[in-house]
Amino acid sequence: MLLATLFESGISIKHYMLLATVLFAIGVFGVLYRKNAIILLMCIELMLNAVNLLLVAFSTYFGKADGQLFVFFIMVVAAAEATVGLSILVLLYRNARTTDIRLFNKLKN
Amino acid sequence: MSLDLVFYLLGGLTIGTALMVVLSSHPMRSVLYLVLTFFLISANYVLMNAQFVAIVNIIVYAGAIMVLFLFVLMLLNLDKENGPKGPIVMTISAVVAAGSLLTVVVAALRDAVIAQPVLPANAANAGLVENLGQLLFTKYVLPFEVSSVLFIAAMVGAVLLAKRDKQIID
Repeated sequence: MLLATLFESGISIKHYMLLATVLFAIGVFGVLYRKNAIILLMCIELMLNAVNLLLVAFSTYFGKADGQLFVFFIMVVAAAEATVGLSILVLLYRNARTTDIRLFNKLKN
Repeated sequence: MSLDLVFYLLGGLTIGTALMVVLSSHPMRSVLYLVLTFFLISANYVLMNAQFVAIVNIIVYAGAIMVLFLFVLMLLNLDKENGPKGPIVMTISAVVAAGSLLTVVVAALRDAVIAQPVLPANAANAGLVENLGQLLFTKYVLPFEVSSVLFIAAMVGAVLLAKRDKQIID
């Protein structure tokens, strides 16, 4: 009931596309800007959430539930990624005593 | 209060908190701002009539994943971590790269023509748990099972990585 009024009351799907794009760009900016590896992982979560927002918006716009199921699968992948990524970070911290990504370019040479 | 106003308020707050995640110098504050961002995104889901996704978003993201982040952050004792002070060239190039990505995508989406939806009869309760469960265990049962395999692999990997064992490292 709420949705029909939402997309008929001046808010179009393009507003949500813009919001999701801005959130995704903020995530990309964070990945490029920050140097702490934990915050990098958080920015990846932010980008995934931007995609989730767009999927839910289109799912409700077309009145089909398929997009919302894809959100669940993205959440599964995000949870797995956070688990493995954070355990790799703990391992790196144990060896290097820091999570600064500038010190982790040892494979370069 | 009209729905436009609610949308603009929620959208502005979401963008503001997401920016604070990136810009705040204290990692703990970043995590808390990210939790706030997830709550605001959940509010957006409620606004779009996707109640079950909103609840799952709060439970899984704001509940489980962010608590994991907080645990690791407190465990590693990164409280006195310095802020994002890279060289100024890196900052400028990050701004330019993200800004040009935003510009290109917005310019591409601005003129995009979205098909008018042909709403099915039960469009209003598409986001309810009954409908989602029906779809998950019929049409999407194979991805559902595959995701359980992914979870097992992630769990085994995390246990193996976090284990303090000489035999594994050597």
